[in-house]
Amino acid sequence: MQGIGVSPGISIGKAYVLRQRKEVASGVVLSDDAAVLQEIAQYREAVKLSVEEVQELFDKVVEEERDILEVQLELLQDPQLESDVLARISSDKMTARDAVLVVVGLAIQLFEQMEDEYLKARAADVQDAGNRIVRHLSGSANALISSAGSTAGAGDEEPLIIIAEDLSPSDTIGMDRNKVLGFATQSGGKTSHVAIVARLRGLPAVVGCGGELDGIVDGDLVVLDGSHGLVFVNPTAAIVEEYRKKQEIFRQEIQRLEALKDQPAVTTDGVRIELLANIATAEDMDRALAFGAEGVGLLRTEMLFMERDSFPTEDEQVRYYKTILLRAGNRMVTIRTLDIGGDKPLPYFELPEEDNPFLGYRAIRICLDRKDIFLTQLRAILRASVFGNCRIMLPMISGVQEVRQARSCLEEAKEELLRSGVSFDTTIKMGIMIEVPSAAVIADLLAKEADFFSIGTNDLCQYVLAADRMNKQIKDLYDPFHPAVLRLIRYVIEQGHLQGIPVGMCGELAGDPQATSLLLGMGLREFSMNAPAIPAIKDILLRSSETAARKNFQL
Amino acid sequence: MITREFTILAPEGMHARPATALVKLTRKFQSAILLKKGATEVKMNSLLNIMSMGVKAGDAIKVSVEGVDEADAAEALDIFFKQGLKDW
Repeated sequence: MQGIGVSPGISIGKAYVLRQRKEVASGVVLSDDAAVLQEIAQYREAVKLSVEEVQELFDKVVEEERDILEVQLELLQDPQLESDVLARISSDKMTARDAVLVVVGLAIQLFEQMEDEYLKARAADVQDAGNRIVRHLSGSANALISSAGSTAGAGDEEPLIIIAEDLSPSDTIGMDRNKVLGFATQSGGKTSHVAIVARLRGLPAVVGCGGELDGIVDGDLVVLDGSHGLVFVNPTAAIVEEYRKKQEIFRQEIQRLEALKDQPAVTTDGVRIELLANIATAEDMDRALAFGAEGVGLLRTEMLFMERDSFPTEDEQVRYYKTILLRAGNRMVTIRTLDIGGDKPLPYFELPEEDNPFLGYRAIRICLDRKDIFLTQLRAILRASVFGNCRIMLPMISGVQEVRQARSCLEEAKEELLRSGVSFDTTIKMGIMIEVPSAAVIADLLAKEADFFSIGTNDLCQYVLAADRMNKQIKDLYDPFHPAVLRLIRYVIEQGHLQGIPVGMCGELAGDPQATSLLLGMGLREFSMNAPAIPAIKDILLRSSETAARKNFQL
Repeated sequence: MITREFTILAPEGMHARPATALVKLTRKFQSAILLKKGATEVKMNSLLNIMSMGVKAGDAIKVSVEGVDEADAAEALDIFFKQGLKDW
């Protein structure tokens, strides 16, 4: 049968059919006010237990799954849900359990009627939150959650393919990966949870298979093709054989890329290229290493400043940098100083309304104006520098003066620390991002001021071409392969190397397989990208010749 | 009371992440904050409410703020809707 393939790969195995118990309202009418108060207390207790349960899951999951849990937490404690439930209990004299079932049922109906596929899929979030509360009200422990894997494995240790009408975040998050081969569900789309979780865990999944899936019983042989959205139930030996071969080919491809993980990126003619990751959190650091990153070409420190009520203190910042540096081992971590501004506001830091936020008060411009903010960050980086190997990168540099000013700030921060007897890496490097056209044009002058360059192609491209990359109407104009952009990139690399400083790239172009050979030919030696792109870029580099790449490009 | 009108520009509309951020932002203020799309108006302190509005890209919404800190709240919402959504 045909569904929607949402996570690639092939699984062959026995089916485990997960049937959700359908909760039905009891219809009990509460006798008096004492009963009402008791039900309200029970509801509050059930919400509290549910929240604790979700919070416990937080430590076990990867970052993307955390977003799902974040929504769960919000829904469990939703004031509208609460006031609707309380109204049902006190006015309609329903039990807490019935009240939750009715209120959640109405909300689900509303979501299911929506046209937008994404919002429709949110019915599952609401259902999940409701189920969790109801489970606590019924006093039954979480039967399905983490046991899905173990129930499936009970008495039968071979891993199974999970078949279900739909899977909630609770069903999928925390499921034992070793006991699950893949997922097939009746409903759902590309944005459903099972799709997200399956992709994160590298398990094949097919969703939206429809009612035909009902025919499957426990133990049926199932072939799952998550790449093409196909599900075969008790197929012929020929089909099984065919898919075993396909599975093997898929596995080899994955293995080939995985085998590259610890292999250095060296071209066929012996040129060593460094592949680095762009990260924002300590979790990203772990993920980057898993993909074989040799270091960090861009640590976006904004994450530390966002989603809070005030600037992080120096100590808080030190902890954040330290955690990442420790996880990086002795690998180089490039810490970009605060890159905020009109387009990336902080809720607690008032910025003037600007007609052109991209050309306005932002990034290094704010830091050099508000030295208190900048010095705090520099001191924090310096203090953390003893825990690993890091360097400082300045965003939005447009001229020589800014680099000199930033350097004097760094010296000031160093002196302050020296005076208070705090140790730091005295040889710490300070480099700059080349993302403003003026900086690219005077790369020869800046190379004398900075310890390294990192080309930020996203902003560089939009500034050079005067084309906002967010504006759909002019999306064709935003072209990183425009000769004007490429000439500047080549010039920056060339001038950096003439002065003997390292030149890297941390924009999207660095992770674009179509640009790899071109950039190699221009002399780029440090490519920094989102971690999942690393294996594919390494694969290209391993098969490329630097000499040939150099000959091939003409501008 | 302060009212503001915004057009949602983010291509994905008001999906779970910005909606969660919006609820958290709303909670920082004492003012009562309402979200209106078409004829429906809901309290904005609830994720369920915001998501049930089904706000899509291009939709026009109206936000009204009333309370002691309404000026601050309106400004914060202004920043959120004009700039924040793009990054989510």
